[in-house]
Amino acid sequence: MRDVAIIGIGHTKFGRASKTLIELFSEAALQAIDDAGVDLKKIEALFQGAALPDFEEGQVMPAVFSAADLNLGPIPATRCEGACASASVAIRDAAMWVGAGEYDIVLAGGVEKASTMGVNFATRTFAMACHAPTEGPVGLTFPGVFAMAARVYSRNYDIPLDNLRAEMASVSVKNHRHGALNPLAQFYKKYGDLTVEDVINSRLVADPLTLLDCCPFSDGASALVLCSAEEARKYTDEPIYIVGTGQGSGTPLAKMEDLTKPVSRINSARAAFKHANLSPEDIDIVEVHDCFTIAELIALECMGFFKWGEAADATVEGQTELGGKIPVNMSGGLIGKGHPIGATGASQVYWIVKQMRGEAPKGNQIDPIPEYGMTDTLGGDFGTLCHLILGRSKRRK
Amino acid sequence: MENELKVNPSGVSGGTGGAREYTVLTQADYENGVKEGKLFGLRCTACKKITCPPMPVCQWCGSRNLERTELGGEGELITFTEIRVPPEGFEDDVPYIPCLVRTKEGPCVVGRLDYDAERATQELLGKQVKLNGSYTKGDKFSGGPRTCPVFGVIE
Repeated sequence: MRDVAIIGIGHTKFGRASKTLIELFSEAALQAIDDAGVDLKKIEALFQGAALPDFEEGQVMPAVFSAADLNLGPIPATRCEGACASASVAIRDAAMWVGAGEYDIVLAGGVEKASTMGVNFATRTFAMACHAPTEGPVGLTFPGVFAMAARVYSRNYDIPLDNLRAEMASVSVKNHRHGALNPLAQFYKKYGDLTVEDVINSRLVADPLTLLDCCPFSDGASALVLCSAEEARKYTDEPIYIVGTGQGSGTPLAKMEDLTKPVSRINSARAAFKHANLSPEDIDIVEVHDCFTIAELIALECMGFFKWGEAADATVEGQTELGGKIPVNMSGGLIGKGHPIGATGASQVYWIVKQMRGEAPKGNQIDPIPEYGMTDTLGGDFGTLCHLILGRSKRRK
Repeated sequence: MENELKVNPSGVSGGTGGAREYTVLTQADYENGVKEGKLFGLRCTACKKITCPPMPVCQWCGSRNLERTELGGEGELITFTEIRVPPEGFEDDVPYIPCLVRTKEGPCVVGRLDYDAERATQELLGKQVKLNGSYTKGDKFSGGPRTCPVFGVIE
């Protein structure tokens, strides 16, 4: 496989958007194309993550109409769907096609416009990424699944539930602190001085998770221009390389061995590390899928950054903060930045690239500039997992 | 109940058209069982373990040598939650308690817990539970009504 580089990045403001989802994606795509300095005619294919456009705007095949909106001509344009991991799956597939030599330059990213649906209908459609035959009639929701996982975490590691609630809250406090500093975040200049008590005392969504344990419903888009590594320096002095990728698939909830140790996530992360010839010690910064506070803890343990049951304490100790062992979600994460589900994976990559360029917002930029960064994206109740490892130098062979 | 345990081509009208059938216990068979207070599953003749809810292959070893069986309906409460913000269509159910139960026979089942939401605390984890009913729900997206098991705590 050839090496693949990111040469351009784009990201709309996350929150509530008045533009259509096709307009939103075009905004992010044109930013990425201008950032790369490539001509639209050079784009050979489009890979677009979009989870629920059918329910949001009655739009199936959004990738095709995005390609048309950008006047890309009759190139292959494919929608990738892995619920909240849709964009990461799109980026991984795009990297595979470029790596395989089929295309030299492609556009990849994602878009979502969840706010059109309202809370209850959005909750219904998001829950469609649960196993419909067995979990549908139960009325399970995603906060519900992670609330169930939090209870298992409490029992597995003998952490009293009230203590765990405070530890989980510290994830929200940290991610809101950084989201409040991010001008593209949904909660820019909001909740920056949130306290553990604020999180615990906010409205219960699914016991024991409160509203401030949860990410919001969001609109937004993010896009990347990917290029073969040998071509990349024609366009930029600072290509960021995709040095490792992994993807994993889960099962219905009932078939999982342990909700706090999803095999789909463990295998996907391990595949990415193996592909990159790297280990967790080599990674300087991560953006993980903190759809809920407990989800960040589970992600960090599955990826190997902390031992089982130790991510909660580590978070309270500041090991996942700026200057800590492994800074996590310095963009604000899904909780602080917003979670337009089909766009999230591309947004995570965008913020790792910004870190590697030294362009993250003040207070969020790590020092020194990271050499290796990693993203973790989750779709459904552990159904789709995708990991991407980015480097400022090419893949170790 | 002999009638219910017969292999039933998976609901395709006009039979299978000669196509080979792999499904020994359909989702509909499983849900019909739950409605009658029975938890049907599959016994693997290769590894002897139990698959439930049904799949076309053994959930443990992947073997296709499966035969229908009935589980006792008892198990251990692995976890639960109490839903306060429901999906559309479930507003009148709030608060309700989804749960995960590990059956005595081995496989886990997702269902609802029949318990007072105000009294449902972490101490319930590990309690013995028993199938005591069913819950049926459907909307225009669900392909018709679907049924899940309801469990009660054995006090």
